[in-house]
Amino acid sequence: MRVEWETVIGLEIHAELKTKTKIFCSCPNEFGGKENTHVCPVCLGLPGALPVLNKQVVEYAVRAGVALNCAIQSYSKFDRKNYFYPDLPTAYQISQYDLPICRNGYLEIEVNGEKKKIRINRIHLEEDAGKLLHSGSSITSSQYSLADYNRAGVPLIEIVTEPDLSSAEEARVFLEQLRAVLEYTEVSDVKMEEGSLRCDANISLRPVGSTKLGTKMEIKNMNSFRALERALAYEIERQQEVLEEGGKIVQETRAWDEGKGMTAVMRSKEEAHDYRYFPDPDLAPIILEPEWVEEIRASLPELPEARKERLVQELGLSAYDAGVLTASRALAEFFDQTVAVYNAPKVVANWIMVEYLGLLNANNLELEKSKITPKQLATLLIVQAEGKISGKIAKKVFAEMFATGKDPEKIIKEKGLVQISDEGALAAVVDKVIAANPQSVEDYRGGKKKALGYLVGQVMKETKGQANPGVVNKLLQEKLK
Amino acid sequence: MSSLLGLTGHELQALLTKKEISSTDLVKEYLTRIKMVDDQIKALVTVTEKEALEQARKADGLREKGVKLSPLAGIPLALSDNICTAGIRTTCSSRMLENFVPPYKATVVEKLAEAKAVLVGKCNLDEFGLGTTTENSAFFATHNPHDLQAVPGGACGGAAAAVAGGEAVFALGTDTGGSLREPASFCGVIGFKPTYGSVSRYGVIPCASSLDQVGSLTRDMTDCALVMNAISGHDPQDSTSVSGATSDFTNFLTDDVKGLKIGIPQEYLQGRVVPEVMASFEQAVKKLEELGAHCAEVSLAHQEAIVATYQIIVAAEASSNLARFDGVRYGLRIEGEDVDSLFKKTRSQGLGAEAKKQIILGTYVLSSAQYEDYYLKALKVRALIKEELAKVFQEYDCLLTPTTPTVAFDLGADKEKISRGKLDSLTCLANLAGIPALSLPWGTLQGRPVGLQLLSRACGEETLFRVGYTLEQNTNQTRLKLKGKEVK
Ligand SMILES: [Zn+2]
Repeated sequence: MRVEWETVIGLEIHAELKTKTKIFCSCPNEFGGKENTHVCPVCLGLPGALPVLNKQVVEYAVRAGVALNCAIQSYSKFDRKNYFYPDLPTAYQISQYDLPICRNGYLEIEVNGEKKKIRINRIHLEEDAGKLLHSGSSITSSQYSLADYNRAGVPLIEIVTEPDLSSAEEARVFLEQLRAVLEYTEVSDVKMEEGSLRCDANISLRPVGSTKLGTKMEIKNMNSFRALERALAYEIERQQEVLEEGGKIVQETRAWDEGKGMTAVMRSKEEAHDYRYFPDPDLAPIILEPEWVEEIRASLPELPEARKERLVQELGLSAYDAGVLTASRALAEFFDQTVAVYNAPKVVANWIMVEYLGLLNANNLELEKSKITPKQLATLLIVQAEGKISGKIAKKVFAEMFATGKDPEKIIKEKGLVQISDEGALAAVVDKVIAANPQSVEDYRGGKKKALGYLVGQVMKETKGQANPGVVNKLLQEKLK
Repeated sequence: MSSLLGLTGHELQALLTKKEISSTDLVKEYLTRIKMVDDQIKALVTVTEKEALEQARKADGLREKGVKLSPLAGIPLALSDNICTAGIRTTCSSRMLENFVPPYKATVVEKLAEAKAVLVGKCNLDEFGLGTTTENSAFFATHNPHDLQAVPGGACGGAAAAVAGGEAVFALGTDTGGSLREPASFCGVIGFKPTYGSVSRYGVIPCASSLDQVGSLTRDMTDCALVMNAISGHDPQDSTSVSGATSDFTNFLTDDVKGLKIGIPQEYLQGRVVPEVMASFEQAVKKLEELGAHCAEVSLAHQEAIVATYQIIVAAEASSNLARFDGVRYGLRIEGEDVDSLFKKTRSQGLGAEAKKQIILGTYVLSSAQYEDYYLKALKVRALIKEELAKVFQEYDCLLTPTTPTVAFDLGADKEKISRGKLDSLTCLANLAGIPALSLPWGTLQGRPVGLQLLSRACGEETLFRVGYTLEQNTNQTRLKLKGKEVK
């Protein structure tokens, strides 16, 4: 009998917190910058320099924790994770080992219309390491490596899920949903391409119905949502093949190669480090007052799930549309603000999803950097609804707004795009079109109703799209009776 | 030998205030003395002549202008070479940092600079503070000014020898398990380790962070109080620094021990302290009773575990603290074929035998297979020791012991044999518990100084100063003559 396999996936996500300064010193926490300019004795690990915890880091971690339904721990502490690597200035990373700041949370995802709760085991705080640039392909094969410690000491939260995900798609959806929560709560920039959001996965297969977990494999180096899904799909297939051929999965760490579309061994279990964790004697434990945690909870913005629910329940949008519109806080705000001016949620939703997102994608632009304001979009839609411009013209105006940031009325006025609804003004054009297309006129009168459409099109063409199609239709029908 | 060299800081300050001497004269006197005796004592790793003369000139200038100056202004001092000085190399007496010039200074250095005290040199120590005789310095051994054949104690032997040998009026060092008090005892000066967290550790290269505390080496209790006034207080750059108002330590200098309850852990001292030292110690107990204190025997709970607990914690923390010296960013670098061999070569050649021993031990006790049996257990025992001591201090105002099981022994001698185990067995308790401790000279045995140790509850500095000051005022045992002729 053929064995059916089920997949068990757990994720470990690192998110950089966008606090003003680093976790243990007052160096600026900024992406980029000239190499080794955002450094000081503390984040360079010079001997005798001491870490002092940045309170904003704790606040951000708590904010993420409450948004992810975690129990915030009133007592947590920092530990040293000891290992040698040139990007790690002190040869230990300050992290939280057995007493993390947040525990036992969850995040709900929806895949193929089904909702599922993914449990979060813990969220802990730690510092980031510096960056190495190798002259060759790896540290061991390089003539030299350059070290930049600007990133050393940037605050991170590591979010560890329970192994509750059962497909590559679920993993991708979870990560997208998590990204949205971290973006809504404004704790992280969550840019995978800049490395402010990083994801590793643990994956194993087991026969359906088995409760015992299979040998887990750690997958690293997945630098986009697509990479995560592809890497896991690849790994599921690979492991299934091994198992079906009677082979055994050995515990190891594998790296995803985006170019080759496959995973390869990074290190075996035997090469795993003993990190010799122990409490960092340079730092006091973090003791949180419940009142402070409640203050943070109260200050949370509406989260993606709640917002989506509201769009469906109160505004009558489909779950799919609501999901797209709430995927980022900026987009959701844009939608809400547009609807606040022009209360036609479905029309606004359509415009944003088709026209606006289309233009943003085509121009590879982020919403935050676009020139259009919600008020401008609302005005455009109002002008269209009032019949002053046609849908076709509206799209043209919108493209112009997107390019220049000008108000729609101004564009319509400057370009003379106001719709012509005056029967007197249109009658002459209609007469001209009838005269010029005797064949179509004959077809129409002969019963081919479709010919009318052609004639309307001709009138629209003559008026450069400005004629009111309804009026043109009416005039043509009257004249061809 | 000039008469200035034997004076204390406050005695010199009186002369400076009366303008009988200038700081420049005083510093020149000290620099001359250093040139004269340091080739024999070898207390200093670096002499900061140029900086010292400049600082002295500045202090004199301010005094000329009538600016009100601190009691330490213009007074020559030395620093143990594990305390970072901006622009002046800070070696920890290690090959690893032989040419390391920190771009930043320790908070205590900043505070002494504000007080306009004058740095004359950086002192030799056991490499990274690991040792009890200063023989573990990568550069050279320091000699005891009282007897050049003898060790000065350690880890901060250079700092104690500098004060005892007239090369500095006072010095700062660090105390991890007795690294200040033990050399103070061997060299016949006052060594004070304050409550953990009362003096900033920022810029002090750590040995074992949860035990290390900066303290002072002085010639009398008044100087000890003045130095503590200058260096203690909350530091926002040190998370383990205690907050709250700082006291004026000179208020604690009272000549009165009447009614004080002093505990003596007789059982713990039995078999650890050599008979001659024990006999001197008994004299001190008698003297204190004469002066009105009540001395009684106390037993220390978990006494058999004290030294082992201390050793495990030192090794664990030191192994992690010393890991950053990898040859990548600063300090010694020995090139290798790849980065791993660079790490290995640099650390093999840059670190001495004792540092390596502690790293191996620390790595072992922290390894996941051993953690629970060693490190975690040590943390638990440490908590128990602290708890039990707190109970003892509910009944007693302070504890009294000899500082060391023996007086200073010859360089190169088998110290484990002579000290019947561990030289820091009487001192490390204070570090485990984070409590203040004072080592006070108490005469000599065949020319080698004996030390008395006093321990009190956390933030119980007042009692220690009271007992120390009373003994100083009522006996001639605590202020030993500066060793000059013998050295020359
Ligand atoms: Zn920094």
